Amino acid sequence: MQRYLISRVIQSIFLLGGVLVVVFFMIRLTGDPASLMVSRNASEEMREAFREKMGFNRPLYVQFSDYLYGVLQGDFGNSLHFKQPAREIILERLPATFQLATIALLGAVIIAVPIGIIGGSNPGSFVDSLGRALGLLGQTIPNFWLALILILVFAVNLRWFPTFGRDSYLSVVLPAIALGLGSMGQLVRLTRSAVLEIRNDDYIRTAKSKGISQLKIGLRHIARNTSLVLISVIGVIYSYLLGGSIYIEIIFSWPGLGSLLEQAIKSRDFPLVMGITITFSFFVIFINLLTDIAYAFIDPRIRYGG
Amino acid sequence: MILQVKDLITRFYSVDGVVYALNGVNFALNAGETLAVVGESGSGKSVTMMSLLGLIPQPPGKIEGGQAFLFENDKPQDLLKLSERQVRRVRGGQIGFIFQDPISSLNPTMTIGKQIAESMIEHLSLSQSDARKRTVDLLKEVGIADADRRFDSYPHEFSGGMRQRVMIAIAVACQPRIVIADEPTTALDVTVQAQIIELIQRLQKQLGIAVIWITHDLAVVASMADRVLVMYGGTVVEDALVEDLFDNPQHPYTIGLLKAIPGATGLGEERLESIEGSPPDLLRELTSCPFAPRCQFVFDQCWAKLPPLISVTKHHRAACFYDVENEIPRKEVEHG
Repeated sequence: MQRYLISRVIQSIFLLGGVLVVVFFMIRLTGDPASLMVSRNASEEMREAFREKMGFNRPLYVQFSDYLYGVLQGDFGNSLHFKQPAREIILERLPATFQLATIALLGAVIIAVPIGIIGGSNPGSFVDSLGRALGLLGQTIPNFWLALILILVFAVNLRWFPTFGRDSYLSVVLPAIALGLGSMGQLVRLTRSAVLEIRNDDYIRTAKSKGISQLKIGLRHIARNTSLVLISVIGVIYSYLLGGSIYIEIIFSWPGLGSLLEQAIKSRDFPLVMGITITFSFFVIFINLLTDIAYAFIDPRIRYGG
Repeated sequence: MILQVKDLITRFYSVDGVVYALNGVNFALNAGETLAVVGESGSGKSVTMMSLLGLIPQPPGKIEGGQAFLFENDKPQDLLKLSERQVRRVRGGQIGFIFQDPISSLNPTMTIGKQIAESMIEHLSLSQSDARKRTVDLLKEVGIADADRRFDSYPHEFSGGMRQRVMIAIAVACQPRIVIADEPTTALDVTVQAQIIELIQRLQKQLGIAVIWITHDLAVVASMADRVLVMYGGTVVEDALVEDLFDNPQHPYTIGLLKAIPGATGLGEERLESIEGSPPDLLRELTSCPFAPRCQFVFDQCWAKLPPLISVTKHHRAACFYDVENEIPRKEVEHG
């Protein structure tokens, strides 16, 4: 177990290092930073002064190690557009993105998993049909369209929720639904099929042959093995929701990292784009690591595998 | 007699149509005996045993007729009429199961100790710690070394043979009167097979359990069974003491089966015999002898109706209208 954990942590660190390298050099590949960041009308002297000031005239590896050194201390450089440290802007926006993604995920899990379990345990029942319909809807409705419909119906017509912004606790409801519905659909289908499959596994027959009640079989034997399937997918979904919330954030003017990223790209604010990308990567890698650890706790085959 | 099954009929309603899996199965089991059930795949061996305890998936399966009396102090109790709660008390409590594949038959995420103790807690109302103590004793009993530590092991840490020992421990955990062993050695190495057979036989003697042993392996049958049921097409075609079956087989299918054993005649050089034709199509309802299309002794009566089990001697019955030995039609006296 310990060896497994340590190796996963080391892997994650290397992965993050890889992301840093890729992000840094990709941005450089888009061209001379001076011509991208300085006004087109600027004179060559001004460009040179800019390079000098930003250190872009130094060798690339020096610039990279400089940047790396900064990142390790949590310094992503200054935003060109906002004229303040990128870190501060990112930290200010981060809670909103986490709030949205977390509520979307929790909502999806709380609705999808019970429906999936009940449906999978009683194929052909009403709950099963409901679950399959939800699964299909969730995965086929485009969420930008859903977002607009939700705004039209629940914010504009019914006036139950605000149309945009993040001013009250009600604000999160519509964006969370728009963001989480697809994941909910995916989770319903996955839970249902996992339960359906596990129900027919030989060890469930063994449990039945022991005279254990249906409920205990469900709780002790089916639930744990189903959670193995779910945990890995929930981890992936969470990182998808964090990073995939960009256009939902834009539609709802949600002050999170996604809408910040859009602004940063539009204003060619490269230090900020890099900072946001690295922040997203950090959390995705971190969530994956947590997923693997949770998985190891539940699955003895990994725990003792080395 | 502790178990009597009468005219058991089970069908599966599949997308391809109705599968007539069991077409009136009859047999009895005596206390403490070993009853071997042989027959090819699809002959209904496992389905029979699963049907008794409601272990066939329903739907698509459906038990459509018959009775299965479990005798307790000579009081019969029809297993097929029990409620779910009552049948659960029989499963694991009165009748234990050992399944074929010990690798997939144990829950990979639960310690083997808990999987054994689970049924003790359920049936014997033991506390966790008492169940643990008894489980450790039982693990020692089935030949697992260092039982106290092994209680907390997971199935993947065990070899196939060890897992089958755990399965056996589960089956006998609550001291049942009957253990149904569904090809318990098929998935194991040959060297391990003999050990497992020995273990089951030893526990059977110690605990006075009757064992129903489902198998393909006639060598195993010869070595350990008291009585044999031969199944074909979802019916019992012959029911005999083991020595009678091997010395004096009555049903043409049994005769063919015995001829197909390598080295049965003692001369290793001749060609192996096989039974011409193919097993019956279970998608059609049986209205005549299921073996008739492959039988060399077939005559009009065989096509007219499904032959019942006809007594040959006191402990020997065959579902065949033809007396192969004397080459005359058999007198049909149905045996209760």
